[in-house]
Amino acid sequence: MDWQAIFLSLRLATLTTGLLLVAGAPLAYWLAFSPRRWKFAVEAVVALPLVLPPTVLGFYVLVAIGPHSPIGALYQKLSGGTLPFSFGGLLVGSLLYSLPFTVQPVAAAFAGVDRRLIEAGRCLGASPWKIFIRVVAPLSRGGIATGAILTFAHTVGEFGVVLMVGGNIAGSTRTVSISIYDQVEALDYAAAWHTSLLLAGFSFVVLVLAYSMGRRGGSLWPAI
Amino acid sequence: MAGDLICRCRKRLAQGFTVEADFTIPLDRAPVTVLFGPSGAGKTTLLRLLAGLEKPDAGTIAFRGRTWFDSSTGVSLPPARRRAGFVFQDYALFPHLTVTQNVEFGAPRNSSAAVLRQFGLAELANRLPRQLSGGEQQRLALARAVAAAPELLLLDEPLSALDLNSRVKLRHELRRMLLAAAVPSLVVTHDRAEAMVLGDFLAVMVEGRLRQLGPVEEVFRRPADPETAVALGIENVLPAEVESRANGLIQLRAGHARLECVDRGETGAVLALFRAEDVTLSRNLAPGSARNHLPGRVTGVAREGPVARVELDCGLPLVALVTAQSVADLDLRLGQTIYASVKATAIHLLGGAGCQAC
Repeated sequence: MDWQAIFLSLRLATLTTGLLLVAGAPLAYWLAFSPRRWKFAVEAVVALPLVLPPTVLGFYVLVAIGPHSPIGALYQKLSGGTLPFSFGGLLVGSLLYSLPFTVQPVAAAFAGVDRRLIEAGRCLGASPWKIFIRVVAPLSRGGIATGAILTFAHTVGEFGVVLMVGGNIAGSTRTVSISIYDQVEALDYAAAWHTSLLLAGFSFVVLVLAYSMGRRGGSLWPAI
Repeated sequence: MAGDLICRCRKRLAQGFTVEADFTIPLDRAPVTVLFGPSGAGKTTLLRLLAGLEKPDAGTIAFRGRTWFDSSTGVSLPPARRRAGFVFQDYALFPHLTVTQNVEFGAPRNSSAAVLRQFGLAELANRLPRQLSGGEQQRLALARAVAAAPELLLLDEPLSALDLNSRVKLRHELRRMLLAAAVPSLVVTHDRAEAMVLGDFLAVMVEGRLRQLGPVEEVFRRPADPETAVALGIENVLPAEVESRANGLIQLRAGHARLECVDRGETGAVLALFRAEDVTLSRNLAPGSARNHLPGRVTGVAREGPVARVELDCGLPLVALVTAQSVADLDLRLGQTIYASVKATAIHLLGGAGCQAC
């Protein structure tokens, strides 16, 4: 088994999940509580990776982080390296690709918190930050856990975006799903069997976990 | 005045209903003001406007000389800066926090001991809200608001989530707690008994408008207009004409009937108001202290548990509230002839020249 690829996938998934929870929470909060009429447009953009072919998303990301784009140029200036076909580029792709898997369950959980509890907090003189930390976030644990688990699992399993943005460089961008593809290409069916079984088992355990969270903290895909 | 709550504002609700309030409550003279009115009169909306949870479309709100809201200058203090404690109808206790943590949410840490004792919650300090009885939750909601050291307390139907028994028991206790907290309070209710027990001042709201504000007894005794009278549960509102006066009594003509009541100087066209509870029924003309005995026909009997609402046609429509037992004893049936008696002192007149209340 390609342990290097497995560990790379785990590292990518952990980083993606952590960063998305930090960056996705404010976005989810805005989606749950903003009175703006046009927020449905933002919801649609967030959900786009769910329906977009991964190759399309990967292609756009590749162009957007390339050395000729402003983002790529800035990155090159700051770090000296380039994003495409590197772990950093892979991370950017993963963040975008898994965004809805974090934001949707978390936003649904935020929106499910009784409004009067938030109003009670305001009348007690608490700042919005205190209300978020002491009331909204603790009461959304189930949704936050669901979002984290789904994001992690989805990142481990991604293929198309990784191939487009990262290529297939061992130790740098070769993730476990790409390693299975390699094994099949090389007609090493035994290795492909093992790795696939590992991923299938992992996915099942993750879903069991996520649904058990859902039982306690609201359903898995509630409407926002 | 410095201690007043001044509210002059307007808010159109999504249902197309407009809440309009124009009042000054002298909070320094009235520890507890009850905001009373039928369901859907806009009481809760008004309370939310005062708390800052909703914004008026136009107008001003000021408390103790400080502007909370002014649409002309764009001032709108957020709830956190108004220091108005809000007790929600279903309490809105933080379900994941203990009694102590709930109380200390708006107060400094480790400051809750005195408040917990004051509200009889010291023994329950480490429980979660769902482990408390309804009455205890109610006390916790009030304790949490008081612990944040508010300058004004706003209570939205504070007893309505309780069962009938605890509600009646807690009325007096709530008034004691509000007085002990020494914070002027505005309490919303649609329960007349609750209004009388809790309030010093009564503000009556009908269809989005504040119709009358004054000492509780005064408002119940002398409603300012027929709608207020109906909102206060005074069922009999009869147009009448002052015919003559003698010996401190007035003779009224109302429809085809005559009524006598105490002379307070009214003349001309008036409204005669009296409660359905103040009407007694008898099969025969019974002599007694009541000055008014009207023969009439029973046009409707509606039982509501232990009491019954009897509608009569006495040459004018009358409503009497009697016990279901009396309905059985008198063998009341539709179309039956009966005498309705009303004491002269139970009738209050509204309108007409010389009336000070109007």
